[in-house]
Amino acid sequence: MAEFWSNSGLFFALLGAALATLMAGIGSAIGVGRAGVAAAGVLAEEPSLFGKVLIFQLLPATQGIYGLLVGFLILSNVGLIGEPKDISVLEGMLYFASALPIAFAGLWSAIYQSKCAVAGISTVAKKPDQMGKAIILPAMVETYAILALLISILAIFGIAGMSA
Amino acid sequence: MAILKMQRIYIYALIKHCRDVLETLQRRGVVEIENLELEDSVFFKEDTSPLQAQYNRSAATAGEALEILSRYAPQKKGLLSSFKGRKQLTADDYDKMADKTQDTLRIAYDIIAYQKNIETNKAEKIKYQAQLEAVKPWLSLDVPMNFSGTATTAAFIGKFSEKKTSEDIVTGLAELIPEIEGIDVEVIYSDENQTCVFILAMKQDAEAVSDALRRIGFEYPSYVSPVVPAAREKEINRHINNRDGRILEAENNIKACEKYYAQLEFLEDYFVMKTERYKAFDDISTSRNTFVMCGYIPERDAASLKEYLETHYDAEVELEDIDTADTPVVLKNNKFAEPTESVLASYSYPDRHEADPTSIMAIFYYIFFGMMFSDAGYGIVMALACGICLLKFKGMEPGLKRAVKMFFWCGVSTTIWGLLFGSFFGDAVSVISNTFFHTPAPPIPGLVTPIWFNPVNDPMQMLMFSFLLGIIHLFTGLGIMAYNSIKHKDYLAVLYDVISWYLLIGGLILMLLSMDMMGNIAGFVLPPVFLTVGGVMAAIGAVIILFFAGRESRHPVKRFLKGVYGLYGVTGYLSDILSYSRLLALGLATGVIAQVFNQIGSMMGDGVIGVILFILIFVIGHGLNIGINALGAYVHTNRLQFVEFFGKFYTGGGREFKPFKINTKHYTVKEEN
Repeated sequence: MAEFWSNSGLFFALLGAALATLMAGIGSAIGVGRAGVAAAGVLAEEPSLFGKVLIFQLLPATQGIYGLLVGFLILSNVGLIGEPKDISVLEGMLYFASALPIAFAGLWSAIYQSKCAVAGISTVAKKPDQMGKAIILPAMVETYAILALLISILAIFGIAGMSA
Repeated sequence: MAILKMQRIYIYALIKHCRDVLETLQRRGVVEIENLELEDSVFFKEDTSPLQAQYNRSAATAGEALEILSRYAPQKKGLLSSFKGRKQLTADDYDKMADKTQDTLRIAYDIIAYQKNIETNKAEKIKYQAQLEAVKPWLSLDVPMNFSGTATTAAFIGKFSEKKTSEDIVTGLAELIPEIEGIDVEVIYSDENQTCVFILAMKQDAEAVSDALRRIGFEYPSYVSPVVPAAREKEINRHINNRDGRILEAENNIKACEKYYAQLEFLEDYFVMKTERYKAFDDISTSRNTFVMCGYIPERDAASLKEYLETHYDAEVELEDIDTADTPVVLKNNKFAEPTESVLASYSYPDRHEADPTSIMAIFYYIFFGMMFSDAGYGIVMALACGICLLKFKGMEPGLKRAVKMFFWCGVSTTIWGLLFGSFFGDAVSVISNTFFHTPAPPIPGLVTPIWFNPVNDPMQMLMFSFLLGIIHLFTGLGIMAYNSIKHKDYLAVLYDVISWYLLIGGLILMLLSMDMMGNIAGFVLPPVFLTVGGVMAAIGAVIILFFAGRESRHPVKRFLKGVYGLYGVTGYLSDILSYSRLLALGLATGVIAQVFNQIGSMMGDGVIGVILFILIFVIGHGLNIGINALGAYVHTNRLQFVEFFGKFYTGGGREFKPFKINTKHYTVKEEN
């Protein structure tokens, strides 16, 4: 049991990487899906707006990528990609904690951003020239995903620096 | 960095020149016509709505004909055709094509008639196909379907709407009319849903049989033809073939009109332009022999238009300087900044009395975009793609051209930042060199080693740099506010609203940087004297804000409370500055995702399959990364401008200048002079 416990650092780190990727990914999938439904509705009436509504659909896609980014950073820092390393239990748990901001903020911000994006799509359907304004509103929501990403990344770099 | 000076223009001329004057204005596109509310005993408004409606209909006809034509004879359009823009015509070509419009209109009507013909024939064909279906069960019947019997017999031709054998029917009849004999039942056709029968009985029994048949569910068919079903089938098939022939003929006729495609496009444009010219009449006042109109014109275009109209059409043109609330706004910027005008426009046009911030915004725009996208390889791809588009498609529509130019400069900036940060398709050079050549990559500055520093290895330095740029950006915004105040001769506002904030924010930053706590993050500590200097600066700034932020209120308590609230605005500055951390976050996202794809690509080793997979993953992965991160960089650069920068000084609310111009789909007319 003690041996199992002392080897579980890697497990916690992987748990963090998985959580970051899957929760932010779920958020983006829900978000992109919702926005896509609205975009398809607009296309039925105005096929020429494809380029514009596609941008709206992609806005909630970034959280999933941030999650992937954090997941990848953790995997490469703990040696699951590249050179294998020894990871202590503490380090593993720290990596787990560092994944939490983007995991949760990614999930919720993607969902709420998609609500904004859907509204933006209907704005553009009625007034295509108001694209600039309509796109800024969903971008506001994204700020919090970016802030979460920032803390996750800084934390991961910090943990890597600590053990070096 | 300027808002063009506008003038009001009045044009007086003889009514016989009215059309020519309007055509000139439309081609030049420099005048926004304003409704001249002038109706009295001399001047009146000519009602051109019937003409407008007529020309509108003609334009719609041309559009419909084009749509039909492109259905039967699809026009080849390249992938990049949307960059091509409208075709340019010289004035001579325009006149030549305009002469042919009546013929072309006839062709348009012909095309629509052919299409109608096709539709009618298709509808008839469907009708005949239904008849064919109805006649099919009866094909083996060798008498016409309206055959009712001979001199001594009565025939019943009809069906039951269920499956029945002849025994079923005979038994059914026998139960009802056992006394009648000699009924001959022949089943012509039967399936699950129907049974077609031919029944023969003696003439004298006809009524009784008919009655009995009805009681067991016999029906006469809805469709009865006077010929034998097999002959009828042939007849229907002939009709169908006939219709097919007519459809084909009409289709060929339409296809033969393909050579008129360009003319039809011109026709649509011609009538759209004409409609718009007559719409302009709504804003013009006419007397019996003269007309008068007024509008807005940028000063730079006024003199040449005045001269042209006065020499060619004996017009009298009056120009006057104006500065009313309704005057539209035209921006004028150099080549570097002009592309970002559309970014400004998508927020709001500047108020006529404030500075046009486009040129200053452009510098920050390109810098921020480059930092967020921050990869030399991606920057080169973007700049090249935009550059080639600009060279290849000279006739691109102005709005699109601006956007492409803007992304060209963004690409250049991205390349520079990428070289500074040592990112070229992520770490592609090292990965390729390690995987396929088994040697570490030579330290090429920019492509392998950063010229400045690598944000992935040193994120804190990047974060500090982002905040620094943010502070410069915000202070520049405040600077523009000072400029506007000076322009309005409101010098005290510069002290109260701008210098006070410079002191407060600048002082707080100095204090922060002198503290040990920040030393760990920033990597350096200012000497303690700056703690005092910063403190004094901040205190002075805070006092000014406290006492003067609410200077518009007379009531001292109210004024003080407003001052306190103004001071609370310092939290806004904190969040504004922190918001620039996205420069780091998005920059890292681009770089790290690029590295992820490189790493995935190199996993298959250095064999042939490895090389192929690497190339495949490289192209797809980096393509995806460019798409998603260029979108992110664009959106968040806009946000930094709109929210953080404009929030500091920009009023906006100006009215866009919308000149009377050629508003067509396919052609533009080149003006020689």
